[in-house]
Amino acid sequence: MTARSVAMTIDQVAVRFGGLVAISDMSFTVGEGEIVSLIGPNGAGKTTAFNVMTGFLTPSAGHVTYQGTTLTGLKPHEIADLGLIRTFQRTSVFPNDTVYDNLLIGLHRQGRVRLLDAILGLPGARASERKLRQRASELIEWVGLERRAHDLAGSLSYGEQRLVGVALALAAEPSMLLLDEPVSGMNASETHRFVELIRSIRDRGITILLVEHDMPMVMTVSDRIVVLNYGRIIAEGTPDVIRNDPAVIEAYLGHGAARA
Amino acid sequence: MRIVVTILAVAALASVPLWLRDPYLLNALITTGIFVIGAMSLNLLLGFTGQLSLGHIAFFGIGAYVSALTSLGFDAGLPGGFRLVHTPWPPVVGFVLAILAAGLCGYFVGLLSFRVRGAYFVIVTISFAEVVRLVALNWVELTQGPLALTNIPSIALPLPGFGELTLRTKMHNYYLVLVVALIAYLLIARLVRSHFGRAMRGLMENETLAVSVGIDVTRTLTIAAVISAAIAGAAGSLYAHYIRIIDPEVFAFINTVTMVIMVISGGKGSLAGPVVGGLIFGLLPVALRPVMAPEAQWIAYGGVLIAILFVLPRGIVPSLAQRFARRRGTTALAPVALTETGAKEPA
Repeated sequence: MTARSVAMTIDQVAVRFGGLVAISDMSFTVGEGEIVSLIGPNGAGKTTAFNVMTGFLTPSAGHVTYQGTTLTGLKPHEIADLGLIRTFQRTSVFPNDTVYDNLLIGLHRQGRVRLLDAILGLPGARASERKLRQRASELIEWVGLERRAHDLAGSLSYGEQRLVGVALALAAEPSMLLLDEPVSGMNASETHRFVELIRSIRDRGITILLVEHDMPMVMTVSDRIVVLNYGRIIAEGTPDVIRNDPAVIEAYLGHGAARA
Repeated sequence: MRIVVTILAVAALASVPLWLRDPYLLNALITTGIFVIGAMSLNLLLGFTGQLSLGHIAFFGIGAYVSALTSLGFDAGLPGGFRLVHTPWPPVVGFVLAILAAGLCGYFVGLLSFRVRGAYFVIVTISFAEVVRLVALNWVELTQGPLALTNIPSIALPLPGFGELTLRTKMHNYYLVLVVALIAYLLIARLVRSHFGRAMRGLMENETLAVSVGIDVTRTLTIAAVISAAIAGAAGSLYAHYIRIIDPEVFAFINTVTMVIMVISGGKGSLAGPVVGGLIFGLLPVALRPVMAPEAQWIAYGGVLIAILFVLPRGIVPSLAQRFARRRGTTALAPVALTETGAKEPA
């Protein structure tokens, strides 16, 4: 691999819930502009790792650094301000707002105006509002949900809600995007379109860390894969390396399959 | 369409003193109007951030006392032999100070309790109202305690070139309350439709997601609490200068409950909801008084509330708006059940 500058460093991170070890001593890096996938069987600690990286959970040991800033102790919204934005497995939308309004909420980081200006409707605030509306429309178009723009997000299909979730994350202008099982619940053609979407996001220079169960999808899209099992990293490498790694095959398929 | 309705409603309200001569009814409208302002401020918290302030009357009462004391003056002892002496200032200054003082209290209550929300916020606000009531009751030197602050002057508006207009008559006070209510309404409307209002909505619907797109929970909710408390303080000041006597009973829990009923029945989270609910439940006792015994009045009051919530579960304004929209073949609002889907993402 060519030498990329490192975007994120996860350094000896451990998370324990009481006696339960969710993650033990996890270390890996994500390069700028790279698509890295974090895979592993259910309960391997993938979502926990996401929660640590985005400040929803404080690690018991170790720390995460993003573009030179140590994230330990920062609140989720402060981490979002660094350009590190995530999506969620389940609750990915604001259900009682239209898709369009969802995007406007997601554009929070772009639209900060002084409260008084907004109340008085000063020109600055109105110009900012116009810009936000334009941007919201662009994002909706980009994920292909124009027809649904004025429907309530809660009434959309599962796959469409996923797209809203991604659009919301993009609205926050990330420099790195963390996607938590984005294609679960999507059919094959939706997944295919989503892979294209991820690639085009990366082409905009956004680094991507992906947690996903859909192996064909992960193998197609990733530059590099990190495999977790029981809270520890058991393998790391390009899709080709991972596909043939006996430890990975064993983790997924059991002991007998590794020798077969 | 919406603008036409608003203008007609305002014009209707503005015309009332021109044809309604009965001072008793006008008085009922003024006190109801003051409570509607309080209900609007409560709605900003309850309807747009989802936080229930069950001590909201504290901000109202603080506004009333600050405004009354500013315009009456006082001479109270402090520990260590100091004395706090204040000569009377014009009531208009009291009105401004009431807004600032209530807003400041809102800031501290918000800061304390929004770190631990939900039930904790409810308890902190109830306790806060009770503590303030006890202070008003027991700091006799300042507040006269149960003897009440009396002879509070009416608000006098300085008119450049014409001297002052003292608002003594019911008609004057009616228009004063109407103007303050309109300002409060417009302020809240602007706020909830702005960038800031969207942050509040986001937090109410799906807090985890809102935080992940960079919305600062504590800041957003604290600002909402400050503005809500400040508006309640303004209502309290109007109350003090209109009734012209206040005692610690103003902090009674039932007053908060009345505001909550106004908001819930009218429709929380809708701008016009507290106005509609407030007018109904503010004027209902007046309407019932000639026809029923006092005990029966309260039963009827409860009956009306239950009937409204049974027929229009989201509150009057949102439910009617939804029916109206459905008749035209669009769904403007989500079904009630959807509001519960903003569940937390498990760690």
